Amino acid sequence: MANITDKITQLFPDVTIEESNTPLYVVANDKWHEVALALKNDADLKFDYLVTIVGMDWTENLGCIYYLMSTHTNEVIGVKVLASGDRQQPVIPSVADVWAVATLYEREVFDFFGIIFLNNPDMRRLFLNIDWVGYPLRKDYNDDPEVNPVSTESERQTDFTDIYTLGEDGNIVKRSERIFQKEDFVVNIGPQHPATHGVLRFRTAVDGETIKKIDVYCGYIHRGVEKLCENLTYPQTLHYMDRLDYFSAHNYHHGLCMLIEKAAGIEISRRAQVIRVMMDELSRIASHCLFIGTYCMDLGATTMLFYALRVREQILDIMEKTCGARMTFNYDCIGGVMQDLHPDFQADVKALLEVLPKNIKEYNEVFTGNIIAKNRMEGVGVLSREDAIGYAITGPSGRASGWACDMRKLQPYSIYSELDFEEVVASEGDSMARFKCRMREMEESAKILAQLVDDIPDGEYCVKVPKVLKLPVGKWFQLTEGCRGAFGLYLESDGSTKPYRLKIAPPCLPQAAVVDHITRGQKIADLITIGGSLDYIVPDIDR
Amino acid sequence: MQDFSLITSWLDSLLRSYMPGWLTVTVECVLIGVALLLVYALLALFYIYYERKLCAAFQCRLGPNRVGPWGVLQSFADMFKMLIKEIIHLNHIDRFLFALAPYLVIAASMMAFAVLPWGNGLQIVNFNIGIFFLIAVSSIGVLGILLAGWSSNNKFTLIGSLRSGAQMVSYELSIGLSVITMVCLAGTMSVDGIVSQQSDLWFIFKGHVPAIIAFVIYMIAGTAETNRGPFDLPEAESELTAGYHTEYSGIHFGFFYLAEYLNLFIVSGVAALLFFGGWMPLHIPGWEAFNNVMDYIPSVIWFLGKAFVLSFVIIWFKWTFPRLRIDQLLSLEWKYLLPINLVNLVLMALVVVYNLYF
Amino acid sequence: MPYEAFKDNEYIEQLVKELQENGTNIIVGSFDKLINWGRSNSIWPLTFATSCCGIEFVSLGAARFDMARFGWEVARSSPRQADFMMVAGTIVHRMVPVFRRLYDQLAEPKYVIACGSCAISGGPFRKSYHVAKGIQDIVPVDVFVPGCPPRPEAMIYGIMQLSRKMKVERFFGGVNRKEKQKDFLALHPVEQTEA
Repeated sequence: MANITDKITQLFPDVTIEESNTPLYVVANDKWHEVALALKNDADLKFDYLVTIVGMDWTENLGCIYYLMSTHTNEVIGVKVLASGDRQQPVIPSVADVWAVATLYEREVFDFFGIIFLNNPDMRRLFLNIDWVGYPLRKDYNDDPEVNPVSTESERQTDFTDIYTLGEDGNIVKRSERIFQKEDFVVNIGPQHPATHGVLRFRTAVDGETIKKIDVYCGYIHRGVEKLCENLTYPQTLHYMDRLDYFSAHNYHHGLCMLIEKAAGIEISRRAQVIRVMMDELSRIASHCLFIGTYCMDLGATTMLFYALRVREQILDIMEKTCGARMTFNYDCIGGVMQDLHPDFQADVKALLEVLPKNIKEYNEVFTGNIIAKNRMEGVGVLSREDAIGYAITGPSGRASGWACDMRKLQPYSIYSELDFEEVVASEGDSMARFKCRMREMEESAKILAQLVDDIPDGEYCVKVPKVLKLPVGKWFQLTEGCRGAFGLYLESDGSTKPYRLKIAPPCLPQAAVVDHITRGQKIADLITIGGSLDYIVPDIDR
Repeated sequence: MQDFSLITSWLDSLLRSYMPGWLTVTVECVLIGVALLLVYALLALFYIYYERKLCAAFQCRLGPNRVGPWGVLQSFADMFKMLIKEIIHLNHIDRFLFALAPYLVIAASMMAFAVLPWGNGLQIVNFNIGIFFLIAVSSIGVLGILLAGWSSNNKFTLIGSLRSGAQMVSYELSIGLSVITMVCLAGTMSVDGIVSQQSDLWFIFKGHVPAIIAFVIYMIAGTAETNRGPFDLPEAESELTAGYHTEYSGIHFGFFYLAEYLNLFIVSGVAALLFFGGWMPLHIPGWEAFNNVMDYIPSVIWFLGKAFVLSFVIIWFKWTFPRLRIDQLLSLEWKYLLPINLVNLVLMALVVVYNLYF
Repeated sequence: MPYEAFKDNEYIEQLVKELQENGTNIIVGSFDKLINWGRSNSIWPLTFATSCCGIEFVSLGAARFDMARFGWEVARSSPRQADFMMVAGTIVHRMVPVFRRLYDQLAEPKYVIACGSCAISGGPFRKSYHVAKGIQDIVPVDVFVPGCPPRPEAMIYGIMQLSRKMKVERFFGGVNRKEKQKDFLALHPVEQTEA
């Protein structure tokens, strides 16, 4: 870590360092693009994975914190850039040409904070309607429902993207570019469409059955979780984690609890840690089961859904006995878990571990070996390793492209470093590889469960935490592994009982960005295959 | 063996003794029409129930079991509901073609009913090119689907109908060729003739290798022809919402829904006719006692039983396989099924010429 | 389904009482009975889900809860062919026009079930800047199924209530339907657009 700081200060002497749990470098606005290129391309640094862009409103000025990770050294750093210009038109140079995924991330920041990114090829709002008044995550946002009323009028739509550039006289120039050509046959897939797994919308230009271009529209389930969290105390923010990626409810909960515990300096018991990890892995199996089901249903093999859901129901039974709910568990809490395990827990998990291999074998017999399924999946939607990193596709989808990006290995948290499991990596990068990776990951999760189920240590399941929890002033960033990839959380505290800013970096948002890239030239039916194999959850994209 | 022509000719002479010839024909036409409609509706409702129960069984579920005993009245309830649903009138569409399309689809499948051999002597028309007529009228259905997709003025339906056009025109070839293969063995195009040819042994046994190849190809092509999984691209639910009938509501949608199941019956009925002897009971040369026992089972039951078993196979396909992609679908037909079929036709001709069949 | 199983629903009891007050023609009445028998036993949902509740709706179709028993498994993707809409999940500002259009595209007689606390009131996201506070402001709702998300059993109960409601309504004359529409339109005037 020290040599990274040395290297950076050597290259850019005017970079300053701020206190945080990860090194946070402050870079001047006009130098940022240059620094970004160096961070990515320098042989010693190689920060080629842009984890997230955290838009910030520090009331006196706006800015962004870019979190970067190197796939060579696995170091995570933050880079803080303040916006130039006043609050009416804050400006930061775009890094869309450095990291491909930045295009979408910058749109997100623009949508929430109104920060304009110079030279970003697509500076439209991402989640909100184009005629939305105000930038909701700014601290001075007017949330009067009169300003932005609920309207049944069809949303206004534009066929042009906005691009902001710096003119010769130093002023900001706005120009527009057509999204689709005039003669394109544009089919609107979604938001209400059975294959989009929720309410994602693709405007798809097709040539016969072949896809020419896709324009992704998000925000049909944007619920403003980040803003809501700013007005709730820390324990209250937890329950939103259940409702983002509802299949990774435990994993996300675990992530936020860990971050708050880290910030507050709370040590939790080993029993609680084991329980949390077991729940994470159980929900990973359940999540991948549902993936297999819905994915096969998208491909037309409806029956597989029912076979896959049988195992999921069995896992839900285990969870229901302990947590009392089938989907939104709200089980992990600050200091441990809500309540102790159900007495049947160990027996139930063992029963599950017994039937799981049989079921996986059955899935492979019924579906994976099928010639039609092979033809539909092999070579469809190939994502290279470089693109996977550039587009920040983590999780099983990224690992299918040959990028070992499992945060349980790269940034070991909780007790994962003591556990013996393999990181599933494939090299093909097509839909089949993504499908198989998830199949194998279920087996690995089962392996973890088998290691833990027999000796769950005794002890208290929840340590005492203060009734009113206040965090010290500071910034914290952390990466954990959800069921669909790296789940980043950024927390900034001003010392009160409520977070000043809680940024959720979901694994699914980049997947929405990559759909256009990997579907071009494929058939309409392949869009369904690719979308299904990426396995995005729309409320996780939109938050 | 019971012969239904006894009853029908008795009815005919009875009517003729009371009224002039032209009136008799008119009355008979009306009677047949009513009977046809009734059978048509009942069969479709049975098939809907049959598929739902079967699919439930494949998926470890129970299926409909609340409406009536074992849920048998479920599809009747669906029909009542469908009859009273609003028929939505759309703007900016070709109203005439939009309204015409479901009737074309249903008329095509109803006309195909005319030549199916329901039982011994129980056939509406028996003419010398029956099987040819059947293939001809069943291809009208594709026209209805194309019109439905085009006249709805909707991009999904358009893509769905274009898919279905490409698919049905291609697979019509395979159906035609495998039918010709069997006609080659039978030496006649008359439905009655084909059935009576199989009185000693069904064609699938008689024609051995080429007949079995023709049967397999016929079943694949027939599944594609009825737009059923794994060939359900025109209405691929996860890709095109509901495909070509996205914009249809109420009973117009009901017609498409019924026609889909009736086409399933027709395809399996024709397979039963060509390969499994139509209404002909199972006869094995030399086993006289066995043949006599088989003759006691009414011919209608033989025909329906065979059709239901073959439909079971097609339904089994649907609930097992994932869907093909359009280019894979077409290459399957043009690169594999069609050449195999042509070679098979030559093979069958050789078999017939050299008397190599049983 | 036996009538006794539903006696706990005051709203429907009241509906029955109101309908019985005016009496009915015997022919129309028996036709009504036949049609309502068909309608109430054949309720096809629209595949519509925005978030968590949609997954429970999938579970409802799966082997354990098997909504096919009641004949509800024919989920149509096209709103023109569906009978009711299970609003499973949060409806946000941007989704409202789409949602309203889907409702308008449903063929009469159509029904709406608000499923889950988000659809009922905005639920945990009620204070958000981008969430509609309950769908009853956007479309008329027939049944509310509370829960976050409701268990599949609760959804079954909810749809059974809808079935029960269909059974007591009068189809001919469409009294209920029109009044529902009239009341609703009085509250929410629709702007007329040129065809």
